[in-house]
Amino acid sequence: MKLVVAIIKPFKLDEVRQALTAIGVSGMTVTEVKGYGRQKGHTEIYRGAEYVVNFLPKLRIEIAVASNLADKAVEVITSSARTGQIGDGKIFVTPIDHALRIRTGETDSDAL
Amino acid sequence: MGALSCRAARLAATINLAAISSFATPAFAETSEISAADTAWMIVATALVLMMTIPGLALFYSGMVRKKNVLATMAQSLAAVTIISILWVAFGYSLAFVGDGPWLGTLDRWFLAGMTMDGVNSAAKTIPESLFMLYQMTFAIITVALVAGSVADRMRFSAYLLFSIGWFMFVYVPLAHWVWGGGFLGAVGVLDFAGGLVVHLSAGIGGLVAAKMIGRRHGYGTENLSPFDLSLAVMGTGLLWVGWFGFNGGSALGANSRAVMAIIATHLAACAGALTWGGIEWTIRRKPSVLGMISGAVAGLGTITPASGFVAPWHGIVIGVIAGLVCFWACTWLKHRFRYDDSLDVFGVHGIGGMTGILLAGVFATASIGGTSGLIEGNPQQLLIQLYGIAVTLLWSGGVTYVLLKLVSAFVPLRVSREHELEGLDISQHGEALQ
Repeated sequence: MKLVVAIIKPFKLDEVRQALTAIGVSGMTVTEVKGYGRQKGHTEIYRGAEYVVNFLPKLRIEIAVASNLADKAVEVITSSARTGQIGDGKIFVTPIDHALRIRTGETDSDAL
Repeated sequence: MGALSCRAARLAATINLAAISSFATPAFAETSEISAADTAWMIVATALVLMMTIPGLALFYSGMVRKKNVLATMAQSLAAVTIISILWVAFGYSLAFVGDGPWLGTLDRWFLAGMTMDGVNSAAKTIPESLFMLYQMTFAIITVALVAGSVADRMRFSAYLLFSIGWFMFVYVPLAHWVWGGGFLGAVGVLDFAGGLVVHLSAGIGGLVAAKMIGRRHGYGTENLSPFDLSLAVMGTGLLWVGWFGFNGGSALGANSRAVMAIIATHLAACAGALTWGGIEWTIRRKPSVLGMISGAVAGLGTITPASGFVAPWHGIVIGVIAGLVCFWACTWLKHRFRYDDSLDVFGVHGIGGMTGILLAGVFATASIGGTSGLIEGNPQQLLIQLYGIAVTLLWSGGVTYVLLKLVSAFVPLRVSREHELEGLDISQHGEALQ
């Protein structure tokens, strides 16, 4: 089992969700985060007071998938989240030791 | 200092007199002149002006501070309402508006003693005295609440309360008496229709002195101190704007065309101010900000305040444009040039705006509207009188604010500790937090 974590631009959420559903990923967790990479921040001015805001709003999507689905998941996330502009985000894949569905007690692949 | 000891002696004498004659018949008892129309409008105007403080000013200010200080900022407006209302009834109204000594009134109306159902105050003969008292209360409330804006994000709540009580007693009450209550400024002909001196300039200079004495916020100039939620500030501006119809329109003290003329001038000034400030930003910074537009509106409203009942309605447009220009300059260049942290620009908007409005009242005063002629009708003398009023207000409010803060700081630190400032006033002063 793999945990696929993707940081994407917020407006891409729906596209990514639809693409993942199409390959059989039936659940995800989404968090609103702030971050930066090579994309610079922006400047805000309030009555003459300038603030450089380095952190931009992003979304963090986490999905747990069977190991043999991980590559496909990464591929569909990439194609649906990409705009070609700087700041599109990143995807990380990490192994999952153990998983459990709370309601039924099913474990590992049965929990995904 | 001579004026203070004179006043102290008078106060002692008046307290003696009041003790003896607290149940004497009221000095004003003309019942036949009360107008139902005037009374109805003034009740509404009173409600509108109270709405300007809660929730108008509370929202306007809170939207502009950081999240961790939002509730504490609102608490300052709430405290102003609750405490000043009672003090006004206790002695504020009496000292400001009862009796016509040049420096101060009397304590005849200590806790509204002697106020009858149908009696009137000679300043407003067509409405019940009780209503006049209540209306003026709402002005005292908002003036005190305004000052807090300069020291937002860092003033200790207990110090703020003590300071507010003292500021009300020693700055607002005398100034209200001097300009409106039969005191020496009104007597010499200073034009201040609804509070350019009494409300805006006094709060503005008080705020500036307080901001200088308390010091800059931690992280000023280096950290991001950006507003928590400007939509709150926009909503607050709307309530202030509509409420101002009662602030300026109600200062006509009657349901008449002078009230309407004042309201038109007021509304046009707000519009012109908003467009001007937005226009400046669009030109200089390529984008008109919402904060700029609402700041311009409030600048226009504050600036037209002293002039609203004396000028022609279309003058409101001119005055609003000037307000937008002058207050923009004050909130950007002036503040950064002199490095004071007037957090919410009480001096930049209300102080400078009030001062400008007082002068412009001297310029645009039109006899057919308000009975006095200004510069444009060939009376340059009025400008000198206006300047005199400005000078007295600056010196009195600024000076007394300084003394008061020194006095309060002898009992309790004016500022919260550094840890509490970083943690936020909501948690440290009130034990609460926005989620």
